[in-house]
Amino acid sequence: MTGLITMADLTNEDIVEVLDAAERLLPAARGETSMPLLSGRILGNLFFEPSTRTRMSFETAMKRLGGDVVNLGDVSTSSVVKGETLFDTIQMVDGYTDIIAMRHPRQGAARYAQDAARVPILNGGDGAGHHPTQTMLDLFTIRQAHGRLDGLDVVLAGDLRYGRTVHSLSHALARFDCQIVLASPELLRMPREIVEDLRAGGASVTETTDLYGALDSADVVYMTRIQKERFADEDEYIKVAGAYKLHAKHLGEVRQDMIVMHPLPRVDEIHPSVDATRHARYFEQAFNGVVTRMALLCRLLGVDVPGGEA
Amino acid sequence: MSNESNMRRVTAIRNGTVIDHIPAGSALRVLELLNIGKGTSVPVSLVMNVPSKRMGTKDIVKVEDRELTQTELDRLALVAEGASVAIIRAYSVAEKLEITLGDEIVDVVRCTFSNCITQNPREPLAHRLRVLSKSPLHIRCHYCGRPQDLDELVQNVI
Repeated sequence: MTGLITMADLTNEDIVEVLDAAERLLPAARGETSMPLLSGRILGNLFFEPSTRTRMSFETAMKRLGGDVVNLGDVSTSSVVKGETLFDTIQMVDGYTDIIAMRHPRQGAARYAQDAARVPILNGGDGAGHHPTQTMLDLFTIRQAHGRLDGLDVVLAGDLRYGRTVHSLSHALARFDCQIVLASPELLRMPREIVEDLRAGGASVTETTDLYGALDSADVVYMTRIQKERFADEDEYIKVAGAYKLHAKHLGEVRQDMIVMHPLPRVDEIHPSVDATRHARYFEQAFNGVVTRMALLCRLLGVDVPGGEA
Repeated sequence: MSNESNMRRVTAIRNGTVIDHIPAGSALRVLELLNIGKGTSVPVSLVMNVPSKRMGTKDIVKVEDRELTQTELDRLALVAEGASVAIIRAYSVAEKLEITLGDEIVDVVRCTFSNCITQNPREPLAHRLRVLSKSPLHIRCHYCGRPQDLDELVQNVI
């Protein structure tokens, strides 16, 4: 069975089906009802890079569905530090589990793991590559707020160069005919090949350094952290750190139903004054990571979520 | 100028390989991919930018006393797609081969991106590049998805 490595692994119909299944799983995600759909199944959590939300939400999702989780644990004490290849690690965990969620600092690691594995792989981030399960929760959050995915005006802002969440999200938004504004410092522009792909697919893409000028016509403003850990040279980081600081005072003229999103953790790109506005949606977004990952686990393990169309 | 007169620019070889219809200007890259250079002891002839009915202009390479293997031909597809190869034995064409670029290049070159998972030389799975377009040549790594620059790729031959 194949897993979810990039958004290209899902059709638009697949995406809508997963989001619909996630809606039906909301009571179980909140703990209001029991839906042990994955009882007896085991998820292997392989996080070769630090993660809080993604790792915990995978674990919570599996446990809410009655399944169990085994963790690679701290990379510094695992066999990886002894020089084990990713191939060998995957061979081992593949034998222990029914599905694997992984994050790895090397780009392409998830595709590599999928080629090496028998069980499905869920890519929880590969270097500056892709993060499709984050995209699914982002799409769920956008659909919750706007009731649709099609034709929205979406601003993606911050670190578009290294930010894997925006790489995956932009591909998905383009497929739903959204108008995409890419707001970033020059140094952190979206990789050329991604912009080319988006445009080749017919998407409307505008690149700018002026985030604040793009706010008023947006349905969604998706902020990202400038990731210090991705810079080899600290001087380069200092040049762009704090480039955007969204404050409640910037939201005076925006659309009433505009939402501000962020994959978290944030540093200073969203001021706490935004939290109390009607536009802030990032904490709901974080919760949605559980329910969408529940839906993805069910789908990749071939388990139907009750309540859908027969 | 006829094809025959092109071929006569360099002498006929008794045994070896003739690579004809190389895109003009690519012969030096062909030599690079075949590891022909300093330390090569067999005679090698090269003509560049000669007239061709089919291509307008083309390059030709003749390597004496060496028959190219399929693996070597796969390498050449990166820079000489559509070139024709003749294996010469006793001054006669013993075999004719074509160099074709498929949809995927497997275990010929390594991805050029420094943070690709395949940069670990101990990882055992095949190096795989996807050919998205032949003209213009557009290649991406199967694993990390990064576009590949041809000048860098030819330095990464396995």
